[in-house]
Amino acid sequence: MSQDSTISSELSHADGMKGFVKDWSSDKQTFHVPWGKAMMWIFLLSDTFIFTCFLTGYLNVRASTRVEWPNPSEVFALSFGGDPIPLILIAIMTFILITSSGTMAMAVNMGYRKDRAKTASLMLITAAFGAMFVGMQAFEWTKLIIDEGVRPWSNPFGAPQFGAIFFMITGFHGMHVSIGVIYLVVVAMKVLRGDYEKRGYEIVEITGLYWHFVDLVWVFIFAFFYLW
Amino acid sequence: MAGKEGQQHPLSVYFWVWGLLFVISALSYWVDYAGFQGYLRWTLILIFMFLKAGLIIAIFMHMIWERLALALAILGPPIVLLVLIALMAIEGDYTEITRLIYFGEDTTEFLGHH
Repeated sequence: MSQDSTISSELSHADGMKGFVKDWSSDKQTFHVPWGKAMMWIFLLSDTFIFTCFLTGYLNVRASTRVEWPNPSEVFALSFGGDPIPLILIAIMTFILITSSGTMAMAVNMGYRKDRAKTASLMLITAAFGAMFVGMQAFEWTKLIIDEGVRPWSNPFGAPQFGAIFFMITGFHGMHVSIGVIYLVVVAMKVLRGDYEKRGYEIVEITGLYWHFVDLVWVFIFAFFYLW
Repeated sequence: MAGKEGQQHPLSVYFWVWGLLFVISALSYWVDYAGFQGYLRWTLILIFMFLKAGLIIAIFMHMIWERLALALAILGPPIVLLVLIALMAIEGDYTEITRLIYFGEDTTEFLGHH
């Protein structure tokens, strides 16, 4: 018994490469985090592969087409009475998602302080920003489909593949945001009810990991699809 | 991490990163607004993208505070994706050259509406 506890305390103290070797050669457990957190990270890793496949497909299509690729700066420009401002809606959406990432980070922090009211309200604010993001995306889709006539197989701006790529990538990301909003609301309600008083508030951090990942994916979509 | 519950860090760290993310996002939007083109544009986009992604993963997702065993298990595998990206980039260029050779410079026939 005492020998066992010496080993585990030795384990938790070894850092860097030594700790890495010790963790991976230990008998019972490799990742010294709650299992839910390790599982969320592994899920996010698999999601990384899915999004990279989409973005790589886009890269391949855009590199091989002989028709001019539509200029996103102009396609996503929006006019508020005056001259159209390039990419403005996308910029606002980017800032909304970053703001929501900040409120999520605060929620995780408040969770570990066991401040239920603040944790739940920050999570609900995060969810509200997420819903706002999806709303703006719905507006953008509507504008493109109804006003501009963009279809997955054709569009008035240039290379016909533009529509397919746009709907698939932003649609899949929007679906992630929508699921995230539901996930946040559910966990926030359970926090408010006191479900995690005994179990601990790791769940808020795990939910946070998912939410930050959604923001992370948007960073890449913004760079490669909208700015490139 | 032992003895302490979960990932607790001073709020100031988060506020700093939050602010930085805003600034970097503004800068990447400015790349488009200022109308930079060519290699300058692509370089700036990539720099700002990696800075933002790095900050989100390291601080907001707490990766710099995790043990190496977890960090490498998650951050290691995506490296193989670079192989896929490289292969598809080569393939895309090859397809374009093939289209150029067999269909010529005229691009109108590829558009859905003649």
